[in-house]
Formats: sequence, C-alpha cells, structure tokens
Amino acid sequence: MTSTHNTSSAVDYNYDILKLFTLAATFWGIFGFFAGVLIASQMAFPILNLNLEYTSFGRLRPLHTSAVIFAFGGNVLFASSLFVVQRTSASRLWGSDSLHKFIFWGYQAFIVIAALGYIFGVTQAKEYAEPEWYADLLLLPVWISYFIVFIMTLRNRKEPHIYVANWFFLAFIVTVAILHIVNNLSIPLRIDSTQSYPLFGGVQSAMIQWWYGHNAVGFFLTAGFIGIMYYFVPKRANRPVYSYRLSILHFWSLIFIYIWAGPHHLHYTSLPDWVQNLGMTFSIMLWMPSWGGMINGMMTLSGAWDKLRTDPVLRFLITAVAFYGMSTFEGPLMSIKSVNALSHYTDWTIGHVHSGALGWVALISFGALYHIVPILWGKKELYSTKLVNTHFWLATVGIVLYIVAMWISGISQGLMWRTYNDMGNLQYSFIDVLRASHPLYVVRALGGLLFLGGACVMAYNFYKTINDKTTSNQLI
Amino acid sequence: MLQHHDKIERNSIILLILTVVVISIGGLVEIAPLFRLETTIEKVEGMRPYTPLELAGAKIYKREGCYGCHSQQVRVLRDEVERYGHYSIAAESMYDYPFQWGSKRTGPDLARIGGKYSDEWHTRHLINPRDVVPESIMPGYKFLTENDAKIAGIADDMEVLRKIGVPYTDEMIQNGVSDAVIQASTERESEKLIQRYGKKVNVRDFDGNPQRVSEMDALVAYLQMLGTLVDFTKFEPLTIKEFNEMNAKIDNKQQQKSNENKNAK
Repeated sequence: MTSTHNTSSAVDYNYDILKLFTLAATFWGIFGFFAGVLIASQMAFPILNLNLEYTSFGRLRPLHTSAVIFAFGGNVLFASSLFVVQRTSASRLWGSDSLHKFIFWGYQAFIVIAALGYIFGVTQAKEYAEPEWYADLLLLPVWISYFIVFIMTLRNRKEPHIYVANWFFLAFIVTVAILHIVNNLSIPLRIDSTQSYPLFGGVQSAMIQWWYGHNAVGFFLTAGFIGIMYYFVPKRANRPVYSYRLSILHFWSLIFIYIWAGPHHLHYTSLPDWVQNLGMTFSIMLWMPSWGGMINGMMTLSGAWDKLRTDPVLRFLITAVAFYGMSTFEGPLMSIKSVNALSHYTDWTIGHVHSGALGWVALISFGALYHIVPILWGKKELYSTKLVNTHFWLATVGIVLYIVAMWISGISQGLMWRTYNDMGNLQYSFIDVLRASHPLYVVRALGGLLFLGGACVMAYNFYKTINDKTTSNQLI
Repeated sequence: MLQHHDKIERNSIILLILTVVVISIGGLVEIAPLFRLETTIEKVEGMRPYTPLELAGAKIYKREGCYGCHSQQVRVLRDEVERYGHYSIAAESMYDYPFQWGSKRTGPDLARIGGKYSDEWHTRHLINPRDVVPESIMPGYKFLTENDAKIAGIADDMEVLRKIGVPYTDEMIQNGVSDAVIQASTERESEKLIQRYGKKVNVRDFDGNPQRVSEMDALVAYLQMLGTLVDFTKFEPLTIKEFNEMNAKIDNKQQQKSNENKNAK
C-alpha cells in the first residue's frame, strides 16, 4: 500500500476517452480563465459590460464559475480519476466505448447547455448550482454512468488493496451525486418551461444551498483533487506516500467533518444560532485533517527534495499542496464568527476562494495534465520542459497578485464599513469604500491575465507534444 | 485500527457504504431540525406573498444574477443595522424560492432598499448607474425599459409556488395577470388588489412610462417592496426564556399527539 504502484504490467489500459477529457480540460480551462479575466476587468472598468443583457457581469459570473469548476475541474477529474483507477488497479477501464463516449459527450453537453442558459438569463439563482432543472436531469445519468465505470473498474482490480487515491475519488463521486440531487429538488414551471422553483425556500433553502455549496468545495474541489495528489505526487517524486496511517486518518476525518462546515457561510444571519455555531466548530476542526493531508503530500518528498529543482511538473504539484495548506488555514480562520463579521461579503472571500482554486486546484491539475499527456499520446516526454517552467512562474506570480490585491481590498472593505467618526456616525459611505477598491481590481485583473497566459503556454506545449512525430510509440 | 481498515480497503462495496454513512451525518443533523418551523421562523405581522408584479420583478432580479453583487441579509451587527436598517429575520425570506441572501457586497445590501429612493432614482440608476452614482461599477440595464414584463404566465408561477408553500389563494391566482397590470398604473381600480395584498402595496407607474408594463416596472416594484413588509413596531425577538417555553409547548403537543395515536391504536 505504501509504495507507489508498479506499472510495468502488461495491462492494455484504455486511454482513448482520457485523451478527450484531457483536451476538453485544456480548452475549458482557457475558456474559464478568460471569462474570469473578463468579469474581473468589468469590475475595474464597468464599460466592459457593454450595456447588453447577454454580457453583463451578473450573467457572465456563473459562466466563469461553472467553466472553471465544473468544466475545467470536472474534466480534469474525469481524466485523472479514470487514469488513476486503471493504473492502480492494473485493470482496463470497465465498460464499452459507447458508454465512455456517452459520459464524455453527455458531460460536455451539460456544460454547454448550462452555459448558454446563463447568457440568456436561465438560472436557478443558487451560486454554483445555477443550471436549471433540464440540465440537472441530463447530468444525472452521466454521473451515474461515471460512478458505475469507476467502481466496476475498481472491482476488476488485480491488486488486493484499493489504493488511497481511489478512496478519495469514490467519496467525491458519491457525495457530489447526493449533493446534486438534494440541492436541485425542484418543480418545473411547466414541462415546456426552462424555469423551475426549488422545493425549499427561505432559511431552509439557505442552509441546504450552503451545505451543497461548501461541499462542492469539500468534495469536488478537495476530495477529488486530493485523490490526484495521492497518485501524482508519489509517482512524480518516485517515493512512497509519507504515511499510510495518516492517509486513513486523513480520509475518514476529512469526509466526516467537511459536511458540517456549510453554515459558516451564514454567520450572523437569520439562520438559527445553533447551526451557525456547529458550522463554525466543525470548520475549525477541519483544519486538522486538511493539514494532515497537506503534510502527507508534502513529506512524500522527503529524500527527494532535489527533484524540485529539476522537475517543474513536480514543482506544480508541490506548490499546489503548499497553497492547499495556506487556504485550509485561512478557511477555518475566516469561519470564526468574529473574523467572519469582518471578512464576509468582502473581497477577502474572493481572494480566499482563488488561493484555493488557482493555487491548489488549478496548479495540481496542471501538474497532473503535464504528467499524463505524454503517456496518453505515447510520447517519451513533453515538447518543452522550459515552457512548463515559464507556465509555472506566470501562474504563480498571477496568483500572488490576485490574492494580495483581494486581501488588501477585502480587509479595507471590512474595516471601512465599520469605521465610526468622532460623532459616532459611520465614517464612510458605501461608494467611498468601492472607490478605494478600484486600483486593486485593476491589479487583480492583471494577475488573472498572467494566469491565463500561463494556461495558453501549456496548451501550446501540449499541441507540440501531441504532434511531435519523432518520439511517438514510446511505451512508458 | 489498521487491521480493521484492511477489510475496508479490500472491499469496494464496504468502502462505499461506510463513506455514504459518514458523509450523511452532518447534513442530517444540521438540516432536518430546521423544518421545525415554529422555532426557525418567527411569527410576525405583515409578511405576505409577493404581488404578481413584484413576483415578475423578483424573477428579473434572479435572471440578471443581482445576488452575485448584492446581499439581502442585514446581519446582527451594529454598523450594518445603522447603515441598512433593522437586521433581517427569517420570516422575511420565507416566500423566497430560493433565498436571495447573497454572499458578496460589491454593491450595498438591498434587504431594506424599499422606500429609500424614489421610483425615478431607481429607473435612472438601472438605465445607467453612473448617471446618479458616478463611481458605480454596476452594469446598465437599459433593456428593462424596452421589454414588456412577462406577466402573461405569472399565474403558473403562483400555482407552483402555492404547491411548495406560498399561501396564494384561488382569487389571487385567477386575477394574477390583471393585478399585475393594475399595480403598474394609476388609472385603474385597485381596490381589489389592495384587498388581496394589503394596504402597503405600492400602486403606481414605476418606470415613468404609462404606455406599457415594462420589466423596469416589475423590478422597481419588487425593489420598492423589499424590507417593508414586516411591521417591526410589533416585532419583539424572543428571549431565551420565551424560546424555551415555546419549545416545551411544542414538545408537549407532540407528546400528546403521539399519546393519542397510541390510544387510538
């Protein structure tokens, strides 16, 4: 269990569908980052809303969030989980080609249908759960097929043990299914209508929505990508996972505690206090399993730290784990009610999300993609290691600009909103505070632009790698 | 522990089942009790379902993703209460499907925006925010004045909302379309509308164009209603003692009910 997997077996792995997922991930990544840069620029320069209903911030924001989380992140998870489950089980992907194609095209259709909806104003008006009922229904059979393919491949494994990465992938797949179903229970207005009303309203809908919302973070953006960490970090460093015991502890405590953390999005609101306090308590407890996982990933490098100098792909993976440690320290801090009183509703939250999304999710995704692209297309190595390094620095500098700008902007907002003058009146009007954020919004857009540039460099590198005729048909 | 775990990680079905059990606990504990409405949602005077025109406005609010930048939730913090007004209570969003509390204030909170600005201000602001607030970064929504409000099918909305818990009456639903038209005009007989939804209903031409019931009319009608429904002169938060007494009463009632059920058997 503690050793990385032996891959020299003669299993005929199915890579066809993984290639499609990899290409889709690259495409949607660039699309989603571009949408992010666009809406960040709209906040700096509102004229970019173009005074058209289809291009206003309110409609493009879900386009950005869905594109990066579900389209980019989702395709990365499909590609990596179906890669890892084959390699660690030493068994070929279960199911027919047409089933695999259904999963791939069904998922892309879900994304395109949802995205078109946003532009035309079709939305459930729930953050990160905006797709309307018909898109939600389409996702259901796709996701169930994914689950079946994954677990059947697992059941056909030649190895007696299920590798730890697969525990996390399994928890991610199952939990996301449950979250998706419960949070999207709704009644269509008419059967021919794109609109629906949810079964729950008011305070109950708030709690259910943030139970969903926070666990989209916990299971989609954490458990799934932790699965990526547990395979690709040891693989790339060529070392066993640091501690087997820690992985067991990490897994069960993470999935148990995460589910409780949702109410920290609703501090000091009309949600009953007892739920808020439970949410805060578990959010603070969550620090422990999060750092347990970070330490397990980071310490896997012990004895192989020198590889960081020579392998920029490993640098992506390890920097991602470091950002994971940072944002999972910041998260519990922000869930403390008195801190949240200041941070909530401000750009600090946006900065926090992006230190996790760009620093953790995207960087570890890039690392995984760089690792699997040459393998999937049977090439000896990437077209250019130097370009991987360029991408790394563009992305890292972009992230730092982004989160520092949002820290300054967010904390200023929190402080200015609550500043009183000598007369005991509020010192600043709302627009005073907004004006103070303007330069920081410009810096944030620049950070995003660098990050987008990095992703384009990656796409170019993939293009050259895949089309390289000289080194093909190398078995890895 | 490690030995026991050996069994789990050799069997994908056991792993699957245990995972589902472990991830279900937190959600059940936090969500299920909230449906005991007696303690979650306060008893207040003044809350009513939205009028058809306000409902059409609420749909535009959601369609345009206003919740991405505006909250509708004044927290129980001194500076917020001073800036925005009385803190929000659960009863105020009980007819919102889904809730519109938001999570970000790029623009100010709107929970109590109703009545604070004139209709004309709202209309001009929505057409081009920078005409009235030069530093604003909000998008312009000129097209709202050019589109007719979609009120023809509004009775369907009311019907579905009634199914999931909003107390619309038959009469309200039957008169949905005409009530929407009446609310956006000064020239029609509005007595029945007021009978159905109460004296506080704003009846007027909101967008300054009496020729049509536009999306601007609907959205402004919705905004002008926000936060004005509950009568806070009659609202007293429960003390802990009262809260406990109420809980005890509910428990007693449930006890009685289950006893009765047993006896009946």
